[in-house]
This record gives sequence, C-alpha cells and structure tokens, in this order.
Amino acid sequence: MKIVTGNDLKTGAVTWWTGYDWSIHVEDAVDAGDEADAIMAREAAACRVNNPYAIDGERDADGKVRPAHIKDRVRALGPTVRPDLTLKPADPEARDWVI
Amino acid sequence: MYKYDQYDQAMVDARVEEFRDQVRRRIAGKMDDDQFKPLRLKNGLYLQLHAYMLRVAIPYGTLNSRQMRALADIARKYDRGYGHFTTRQNIQYNWIKLAEAPDILADLAKVEMHAIQTSGESIRNISADQYAGAAADELIDPRPWCEVIRQMTTFMPEFSYLPRKFKICVIASKEDRAALRWHDFALRIVKNAGSEIGFEVYAGGGMGRTPFIAYKIRDFLPTGQILSYLQAVLRVWNRNARRDNIHKQRMKILVHDLGQEEFTRQVEAEFEHFLSLGQDFPQAEYDRVAAYFDPPPFEQGLSDELDLSDPAFARWVRHQVIAHKAPGYAIANISLKPAGGIPGDISAEQMDLVADLAETYSFDELRATHAQNLVLPHVRKADLYAVWQALVEAGLADSNLDLVTDIIACPGLDYCSLANARSIPIAQKIAERFADAERQADLGELKIKISGCINACGHHHAGNIGILGVDRKGSESYQLLLGGSGDENTTQAKIAGPGFDEDGIVDAVERTVEHYRAVREPDERFIDTYRRVGMDGFKEAIYG
Repeated sequence: MKIVTGNDLKTGAVTWWTGYDWSIHVEDAVDAGDEADAIMAREAAACRVNNPYAIDGERDADGKVRPAHIKDRVRALGPTVRPDLTLKPADPEARDWVI
Repeated sequence: MYKYDQYDQAMVDARVEEFRDQVRRRIAGKMDDDQFKPLRLKNGLYLQLHAYMLRVAIPYGTLNSRQMRALADIARKYDRGYGHFTTRQNIQYNWIKLAEAPDILADLAKVEMHAIQTSGESIRNISADQYAGAAADELIDPRPWCEVIRQMTTFMPEFSYLPRKFKICVIASKEDRAALRWHDFALRIVKNAGSEIGFEVYAGGGMGRTPFIAYKIRDFLPTGQILSYLQAVLRVWNRNARRDNIHKQRMKILVHDLGQEEFTRQVEAEFEHFLSLGQDFPQAEYDRVAAYFDPPPFEQGLSDELDLSDPAFARWVRHQVIAHKAPGYAIANISLKPAGGIPGDISAEQMDLVADLAETYSFDELRATHAQNLVLPHVRKADLYAVWQALVEAGLADSNLDLVTDIIACPGLDYCSLANARSIPIAQKIAERFADAERQADLGELKIKISGCINACGHHHAGNIGILGVDRKGSESYQLLLGGSGDENTTQAKIAGPGFDEDGIVDAVERTVEHYRAVREPDERFIDTYRRVGMDGFKEAIYG
C-alpha cells in the first residue's frame, strides 16, 4: 500500500493523510493508491504540510498501518532513545514496531 | 568575550523582524516551501525528522552565564526541556514550532546571540580550541582573530551564496584540540624565526562522502593580512568551484583537484590583489576587538596544592581537569557523556547549574567543545572540590574525557532527516559496555566517533575507532573504521571490513579494544598502537 506523509507547516510534526485530512497517528493513514500524486500536489499548494511524499506502507500482525521502512517508522513514533518524547510515551510496546 | 555594539545589535534585531515577517507570510500561504526554505535556513531553522530544528551559533564556543541561562530558558519555553551541543560548538533544539521561531531569535538577540549562518552555503560558526585564553600551552588567545574573521564574514554579500558551506578553525597551540585539518580553512597561530606572530594556513579539509585532510598552504602569514588572504582563498574557490554536482562543490574538492601547489599559486596571486586594496583591519581596530578578550583578573599567589583524599574527586581531577596558564587555576571539563546518555544533550536545569558555576567560579565564562562537552575555563584549584560536588549533584560529573565512553555521535536516524541509521543507541550501548571506570582508565585515550550517514557529522573519519551507519536493504548496518585522528597528527580512518548489525558492532568494538590491550606497549595509546602494528592484526581479531 502507498501512504502519504509530510510535516505540518506550523509545528513540523509528522502527519499522515487520512483520506480527507491529516493525522499525527500513522494508524489513521489510508492507502492512497493512484491518488497519491494528486493528494500531494493539492495539499502542498494549500500550504498545510511541507514536502508531502508517498511511501510504502504495510499492516502489522494486528492490522495496524505501519511504514515499511525504518526511517519512516522512526518518523511516525519519535526518537527511539527518549521514550518520554515519543508520540506515545505511555505505550511500552511502541518502540517494538520501529526496530 | 566580545560585546555587541549598537550596530551589531541593530543588525541582529532587524534580522529578527525580517524573519518574523517571512514566517508570517509563509504561515499565511503567501510563500511555498521552495521560496521559504532558503530564508529559514539563513536563520538556522531546519525541518528535521520530527519537527523544526534551530541551530544557534556559539562563536568559537565561548558563552557567558547570562547566555547559558537564556539557552536554558529557550529549552524550557519553546522546546522540550533540553538542548543538544554539536561538533561545531553550536547548540541545537529539536522541537521548535515555526510560529515561535522569531520569538526565540528575539530572545537570543537580547543576550547577543543569533542563528545566522548556522546553515546554508555560508561561512559557518567559527570554531576554536575550547581552552583558548586559558591553556598553558597556547601562544596567544586565538579568539580575537576568530572574532575579527566573524565580523568580516557575517552579512558580507560575497559570502552569502558560496558554492557550499565553509568551515573555519583557529588555534594557537601545538597540540590540536579542535580538529584543525578537518576544516575548509584553518589557522594555527605561530611565531616565526623573528619572533613575529602569524598564521600557519591550511586549506581543503573536510569529512563527508569525500573526506580530505587539509594541506598546509602557507608556513607564515602575518596576522594583519588575514582578511586579504581569506578573501583570496574564497575568491579562488568561488571562481572555480564545481557547481555541476552538489557533492563536488566543497572547497576540499577544488583544492585536491588542483593540487596543493596550483591552488596555492592561484591564492597567492589573488592575495597580492587583495593586499593592494587595504581591506584588512587596522591595528587599532584589532586592538579594540582584542580588548574584549583580555584575561580575567586572576588572583596572584594562589597555591597549586589540591586535597585529593576523596578518591572519586581525585579520579575526576585526573580525567577532567587540565593545566591552566595562571598559577593556582585549572580548566575543568564537564562531561555531557553519562553512561547510557545521549552525547551532547543537556537539560535546562543542568544548563542553569552550569551557568551558576561559571558565574561563581569561572569569571562568568563557559566553553562548548567540538567533542560535545562543556568547559569551565578558569577555576581556582581551591574551588575545584565545590565545583565537582555541584556537578555530582546535577549528574554532570562523569570522569571520562577522551576515554572510550566520551563518544562523539551525530543525532542520527533518531532525529535527522538525512541519516540512514541510528547513532545514539550505538553510542549508548558502547558506553554501557565500557561503563566500568577502572576499565576505561586502563584503556586510556580512545576516541570513538559515530555517524548515522556518509555526511559524517559524527566525525567517524577522525575516530580512533569510527563507526558509520548505512542503510543496507532497509536495515541499519554499521561499518567499523580504524586509525582516524583529529589531533596534530591528523589521519583518516580506514574501513576494517564488512559491516555489522546493532549488537554486532558493539561486540566488534570490544574485540578491537581487546586486541589493542593484547598488543599495546606500556603507556601506549590506542592510536599509537594502531599506527605501529597496522590494520591486519585488528582485522583478524575483529573478523576471525
């Protein structure tokens, strides 16, 4: 599957295209399929996100959407070396799906 | 240290307001990212993996306590309570919001700081020996010359759109503590046969995907001609730089393509032209700048005796304290490399504590080092115990300067959008593996440097043991390099062999270190053993 990501214009936070808006949670990402290019062009022009781009996504054993490559999994979670600064600091398993 | 005058302050304040307007227009959708990106980079604002990152300049690594407290306040008010000291003696913040970036720059301007030229194709923050003005072995304080060059190159239009970034370093001792020859342009202050002070000049160094060690291009340049000479170097590069390929645009490529002799010939010809223009600082202007760096009022008649009856304090003194030029004083290094910590990271509370210590015990001066540590440059020996106790309380009293756990590491894939592999976890695992203080002391000086990609921000080319993270079919892989150095005998590390995974590289470092222990001669440093015995034995030990 292809998922579309970018960084929020104001905060720089990593965001994921949900089909109608942007979410900071990768679980909310949808398969953009053939629409990826059109979504990226429209959203960049609207100046809501920086540098939207499409990446390969996959579903984990629980069916949750995850980026296929480690770099975007780190982007989705936050730094692996500061659990207190990750997007989900209370989730002890969060780091497990990154590496 | 240097103080802004009314013109400096006016320029920096105006720049803040200019950027505030640019940010407002970007958020309002009046500019797209292609238009805005070069503007934010000119103010040190990157877009990294998780957020905007702001890199703040600390010219030649010198800070006062007021500035350090301002940095702490920024960490608390605009970031997540910490900052990260880098290998260019800068500090950077990882979680900045675009709308607040102008406010941060305004706060910095209040304490005579900015983020100008910490990014982009410009002359970057000028680095120096972190012990400048304090070291027992320096000829003179090199920082006035750093400041003269800084003033001349900041805002100068000719240097605003260079072919690529340009890094300058100035030192004034035989021992190189600033990785001189890994810079585009470097100066070592020397005395000639006639006892005149001048510069040895080096050009064409740099790491990254094409590492080169700088050539010496002049044995002696009178100090008063430095601005003409620097302009000549930049003009030759600017005129001839490869602009067809971003990977070939650094000056090191030109210098090594032309060769030492031809590059020098062109510089000297250009230099003659610049000399005739009379653009160098007059002596009176240099004297005005240099007066800001006058030595602090050291007390006379202080004792050099130290009570070392507390073994933990004695260990800290042995590893962290360096000889000072003034009797009764010492240079105290503050480690930002606690076992399992993140190299270079420091909390806002720790920054406040360090500022307090500088104010109370070090004539209000602090230094950031290229090895991502801090320095209190002028501490009375009689005050060292009190300083140490305060550092212990704050978790800043590790005794590992230049030891195996004093690792330089770039932010790597945990923060950086360019990285291919994580650096920090590797540094943490190695530090944990070698945490035992006795073992570290037994190994002696051993410099490990880790980069998460070929851009080499973690200086892996200069590591006695270097580690380079790469992407291997979607997974992190780590190459081991041996024999690098950033000291006065600069060498480039060589790849030992195939890469390892995250745990494998830590084991490989241990096998490397154990081989060193097996073959070293008494009191021989790791780098000297490597240079004596060569790669083969190490390779055999690492790969079997």
